[in-house]
Amino acid sequence: MENLGSILKKHPFFQGLEDNHIEFIVGCAANARFKTGEFLFREGHEANYFFLVREGLVNLEIYSPQKGAITVQSLGEGEIVGWSWIISPYQWRFDARAAEDTRLIALDGKCLRDKCNQDPSLGYELLKRFAPIIEQRLVATKIQLLDLYGNDD
Amino acid sequence: METMIETRNTHNGTIDSLITQPYRVKRVLNETHDTFTLHLEPENGKDANFSFKAGQFNMLYMYGFGEIPISISGDPDKPHQLVHTTRAVGTVTKSMRRLKRGHVLGVRGPYGTEWPMDELKGRDVVFVAGGIGLAPLRSAMYQVVTRRELYGKVVLLYGTRTPIDILFRKELERWKSRFDLDIFVTVDRAVGAWRGHVGVVTQLVARAPFDPRNTVTLICGPEVMMRFSIMEFEKRGVTPDRIYVSMERNMKCGIGHCGHCQFGPSFVCKDGPVYRYDKVNKLIDIREV
Repeated sequence: MENLGSILKKHPFFQGLEDNHIEFIVGCAANARFKTGEFLFREGHEANYFFLVREGLVNLEIYSPQKGAITVQSLGEGEIVGWSWIISPYQWRFDARAAEDTRLIALDGKCLRDKCNQDPSLGYELLKRFAPIIEQRLVATKIQLLDLYGNDD
Repeated sequence: METMIETRNTHNGTIDSLITQPYRVKRVLNETHDTFTLHLEPENGKDANFSFKAGQFNMLYMYGFGEIPISISGDPDKPHQLVHTTRAVGTVTKSMRRLKRGHVLGVRGPYGTEWPMDELKGRDVVFVAGGIGLAPLRSAMYQVVTRRELYGKVVLLYGTRTPIDILFRKELERWKSRFDLDIFVTVDRAVGAWRGHVGVVTQLVARAPFDPRNTVTLICGPEVMMRFSIMEFEKRGVTPDRIYVSMERNMKCGIGHCGHCQFGPSFVCKDGPVYRYDKVNKLIDIREV
């Protein structure tokens, strides 16, 4: 059976990291499971984790009193959930909920933040990896806003 | 001047091809709140030899309202069941939506180039559809499903606005239940009971199961969606000569005479709508085209 270290090493997000950095990250990682409907995190709560989806689907939601939970994006196998742990004030901006039974690797962001403060080279490497994810999701959001399939009337 | 566009249109382009044939409505299916499918049959058994290729379109004439191009969404192996799916968005399509069984409209065609079905053999095939763009891709999908053993992985990535806008819902469910097809549906926004994927269809390309070195992709949808999908395929290593797009322009005559659908040195009605991307990528980047 694959251990966390080999799974993380093979994942594109962590590729190219130095071995000592990988070792440290493995120390902050744990397997996690969420059943359909369970929350990974809630808007406004302290953001101390991020997740790598191994199997399943996670919905990012915004709650509206009028409409209930509005899903703004789904994240599936291989994708990263959550970057608020690395951006001050370290608070979740959305709810994240398992849309189906989901297996993930949870990474302790608080532990990583402390390490990044001590070792800026790790902080820089992680930011380099999160920046493209943030950019891709910003582009996706802009395309969503275009309402491409809407009725022209 | 030699045209830079590869043409596979087989229409003869003569005056005969401008004459409509009367077709009777056999069945009307309301697919969603604003899309519908017409099943047509030739009146008096005429035009019984009608045949078409996946990706082609017909000009449909609503007497008293006007004529518009609509992709054929049926199975090319069953050309006697002429099927068109469209959205009620303008004067002609809104009047078309009011058609009932037994009503008659004019049909001429088929026109345009087809999806490259021969080139798909032995390869992974990825269909990418946005909104009503699923209709012209369905014809190709039928052919691939019928001859499933000829292809590698078969993947459909379909994006639409909301769950109530999903076209061909039953068919998608049927395909989803097969182990030899990978069907992914996403919506741009969802509330309530939707348990599927939310996000733009272009995001699905990154994690779709296919071998980029041996994949052909067929894309149909709004041009912005096609551009961003192509970027994702190129990121994964699919080369432009293995990407096909179905373009949309204002088509009127269907045989390249009137010039309404000019697209650089080509006419979408006769040199398209299906183009190989490496033949048109420079044109797509020119806003004036």
